[in-house]
Amino acid sequence: MSSPSTTVDLAEEFMERRTPLQRIQGILHKYPYLSPLIVLLVCVVVFYLLNDRFLLPQNLSFVTQQTVVVGTLAIAQTLVILTAGIDLSIGAAATLAQMMMANLAVFATASNVLPFAGQNPYLAIVAGIGVGVLTGVVNGLLIVRLNLPPFIVTLGTLSIFTALTLIFFKARTIQNKEMPDPMKWLGNTFHIGDFQLLYGVVVMIIMYAVFGYILKNTAWGLHVYAVGDDPNAAELSGISTKRVIFSVYVVSGLIIGIAAWLTIGRVGSASPNPDPLLNLDTITAVVIGGTSLFGGRGTLLGTLIGALIITVVQNGLSLAGLDQAYRVLAVGILVIAAVAIDQWIRKVKA
Amino acid sequence: MTAATTVTPVVQGIDLVKTFGRVVALDGMNFELYSGEVLAVVGDNGAGKSTLIKCFSGAQSPDAGEMFINGEHAEFKSTSEARRHGVETVFQTLAVSPALDIASNLYLGREVRKPGFVGKVFRTLDKKRMRSESSAHLKNLGISTLQNITQAVETLSGGQRQAVAVARAAAFGSQVIILDEPTAALGVNESARVLKMIQDLRDRGLSVILISHNMPQVFEVANRIHVARLGKRAAVVTPQTASMNDVVAIMTGAMTVPEEEQQLAPAP
Amino acid sequence: MANGLRVTITHPSKGHHMTHRLTRGRLVAAVAVTGALSVTLAACSSSTTSDATSSAAAAATSAAAVASSAAASAAPASSAAAGGGGPVAVSLITKDSTNPFFVAMQAGAKEAAAASGVDLTVGSGKEEGDDAGQIELIENAIAQGQAGILITPMSVNVNDAIKKARDAGLYVIALDTPTDPPDAVDITFATDNCLAGEAIGQWAAGKLGGEKATIAQLVIFNDRVVSVDYCRANGFLKGMGIEVPTLEDMAGSATTGKYTTGKGGDYEIVCLEATGANEAGGKTGMENCLAKNPDINVVYTINEPTAFGAVSALEAAGKKIGEDVYVVSVDGGLAGVEGVKAGQIQATSQQYPLKMAALGVEAIKTIADGGAPPTNTSANGQFFDTGVTLCTEDPQDTVTAAPQETAQYCIDNAWG
Repeated sequence: MSSPSTTVDLAEEFMERRTPLQRIQGILHKYPYLSPLIVLLVCVVVFYLLNDRFLLPQNLSFVTQQTVVVGTLAIAQTLVILTAGIDLSIGAAATLAQMMMANLAVFATASNVLPFAGQNPYLAIVAGIGVGVLTGVVNGLLIVRLNLPPFIVTLGTLSIFTALTLIFFKARTIQNKEMPDPMKWLGNTFHIGDFQLLYGVVVMIIMYAVFGYILKNTAWGLHVYAVGDDPNAAELSGISTKRVIFSVYVVSGLIIGIAAWLTIGRVGSASPNPDPLLNLDTITAVVIGGTSLFGGRGTLLGTLIGALIITVVQNGLSLAGLDQAYRVLAVGILVIAAVAIDQWIRKVKA
Repeated sequence: MTAATTVTPVVQGIDLVKTFGRVVALDGMNFELYSGEVLAVVGDNGAGKSTLIKCFSGAQSPDAGEMFINGEHAEFKSTSEARRHGVETVFQTLAVSPALDIASNLYLGREVRKPGFVGKVFRTLDKKRMRSESSAHLKNLGISTLQNITQAVETLSGGQRQAVAVARAAAFGSQVIILDEPTAALGVNESARVLKMIQDLRDRGLSVILISHNMPQVFEVANRIHVARLGKRAAVVTPQTASMNDVVAIMTGAMTVPEEEQQLAPAP
Repeated sequence: MANGLRVTITHPSKGHHMTHRLTRGRLVAAVAVTGALSVTLAACSSSTTSDATSSAAAAATSAAAVASSAAASAAPASSAAAGGGGPVAVSLITKDSTNPFFVAMQAGAKEAAAASGVDLTVGSGKEEGDDAGQIELIENAIAQGQAGILITPMSVNVNDAIKKARDAGLYVIALDTPTDPPDAVDITFATDNCLAGEAIGQWAAGKLGGEKATIAQLVIFNDRVVSVDYCRANGFLKGMGIEVPTLEDMAGSATTGKYTTGKGGDYEIVCLEATGANEAGGKTGMENCLAKNPDINVVYTINEPTAFGAVSALEAAGKKIGEDVYVVSVDGGLAGVEGVKAGQIQATSQQYPLKMAALGVEAIKTIADGGAPPTNTSANGQFFDTGVTLCTEDPQDTVTAAPQETAQYCIDNAWG
């Protein structure tokens, strides 16, 4: 035996000298939400300099309220993207759930098309969330059972959910005044000084905390990362990748259902026309937030920051009196920068 | 080594057959691994060695034939079933999750929850315990890690990753470890460390199946050499009874070894 | 179908709308996939269109030939009830199929078509800005050798296709939105959007009675030039007596100065927010405006859904609608004028899309039967005016651009 040493010393290579750039790379690798956090802070400072009303409590409450829908849906999108999937149907699914909720709750009027409408609003909320879960079950089954790529499946269900919304609920908006109060409960606010906090924002933050905890501290959370990171390795390690992926879509359906309720709270009415940018905004929030589109790495904290960046840029440009086209420009640059940084930090070496 | 022919093999395969369409990968393969030995499995491409190993590791199941673990009949439908029987495999791809840290990788698929209420209701993982035990396992294997058990595996070198994969295989009371081409992607120094690790495993009483193309390495660590050819066992020899050239000749069919001259069980 | 009318619903594309538009625009109307699918699905249950190639050949000759050719080719599919030489074929092409305004327009056209035995094809773009979808529908109408087209033109980009249709002998009527230039079509049936804007501007100035106007403008886009958008927004400013240098430029007016209508006074334009013309966009836009200046007391909104969104933001900010702040709008949809009655919107200009489409269908039928084409009736002689009414519970002497009526009158006359 000509063994060079009796122990394999994992530490010895860490002792190598590293350039400052490598050190930054290492830090970003460990804390992927740092770069979006820096971007967010820079945005805040710049917009404050452009218009000092930006940091007024009133405007900050607006920013948080405007983040609530994209922010909540982005939790679902993060879970899906962590498994190296993507959900293009997220906006359509949320709209379907929202319309189910609203139409069920509203007493039969000219604008209601459900024969069994006029239910207890709480029952309607639960049913709407149930529809959200169902959309997740459909996506999950198609992906796991038919072994189809999530991109294709959700591209298809995007159309299907949209069509179902129109078939069941026509092009009818359920108006604010028709909507029973419990449906709009999340649209209430309470004051912390001059800062108005939307109940919906509180719910969103609780959801971030809960899912952040689950991802970090439960076996299921680790398995979500492992499956997205390297599905073969996960399978060989004894993880049922199909079960994990299916469960992720179901859980994301649940989040979508809750987001549907939040949307009604935020807007006050329920419109069958989803924001055409909703899907892209959730994906953008996730990507800007440092989660890799290739799966297996990313944090929910990053996603929250990403969602805030989208709103802050929008709101800040508006306050600065600048054309909204700059917002699209800024978001475009951020997305490309975020993916480039992701590629770079993936190459990190100890 | 005290094993004699009367001792029950740790892993045994009798007349294993596995076909993929018209391709016959295993054609009545026999196989025995005894306690406390390193058995190398060599053979040409298509000789059936990786299929054989996949059967024992649970990644595939044979069409016909029987497998025994410690003399007991065994059928594996998944890698986790094989694992429950004490058979661990380090695949050539290593099957580690690059983005997860060392401790999470060691416990991947068999995480430990916190005791009591927190673990039961919130399903909280006992990260502290998993980290300290991972550290201990690595030290046990002679791999000192100092502070970095929370380092992501992708930041490790090839040899270090191999060490993590081997540590995972050895950590959970396993009795057999299957290593599939563990040095294929490694440099000279790192290969030497891995070979040393294999010998350490054997010295701790584990049985090791080593699949390798590298003859010098095989001759360096193996107690016996199982030569596969055309889905069958061509011969079992030892580094002492055969030369590298002999083994290559058996692999290619240029030489046959009469059964009485083979080493079907470790020498007493 | 029971009445023997063959209603064919087509759609330019069954594909998905995956374009990432260069704006935050969220048109009520704008939902691509939504619109696309609704119509596509409807198409599944309706009969197919007539033989395109044969009628396309005929289309090249003359209007009369076209009409008869279309009738001939359509006849086999259209059951016995059509009678005579078969029905006159007309296409209605709206901007989308989800905006209640266009839904009402389609309903009006279908009703008129049923009454006069016209073979109506209903189609739309996928969303505001989908020029290609409209062009395809125009081409289909030419190919089918129809007698005429009713279109709410998306933009100048559809002009070439309209010209092709007119060259092929189709009579083209622009509905609601004039083309640019207006003579790109044979005639325009429209509400004067500028006049509609002016009426609410005059109302606001009168209501302020000399008080300083702190104005929020909630428009559809702020990075695209759409005639409904600038005509209403700048019409509103004009109505208040604020100078508008260029009609097409919504951001062209000085942000501070004096308005002259009524008693006149100082004004300040706080913001020009893109809302996509829906409730969610209206709310977000209003919030951003309030963040800029909480003293806003006049809110111009592109339509009533936007107004409701704005009202929700204003109420959240503790404003008393109708006292601290006046919300004005354009459209006159049923929900909108009910909002006027409930005091959420102080004044809105009501339009009549149903009437617009019905008149259009009848006009083409008349021409195809050999009658005279309609002539312009608007004040400036540029289009056939289908009229505007200012709905308010608090009429102002300053309003001259449109007659003023109560909310109840408007509810009785509202569409959708």
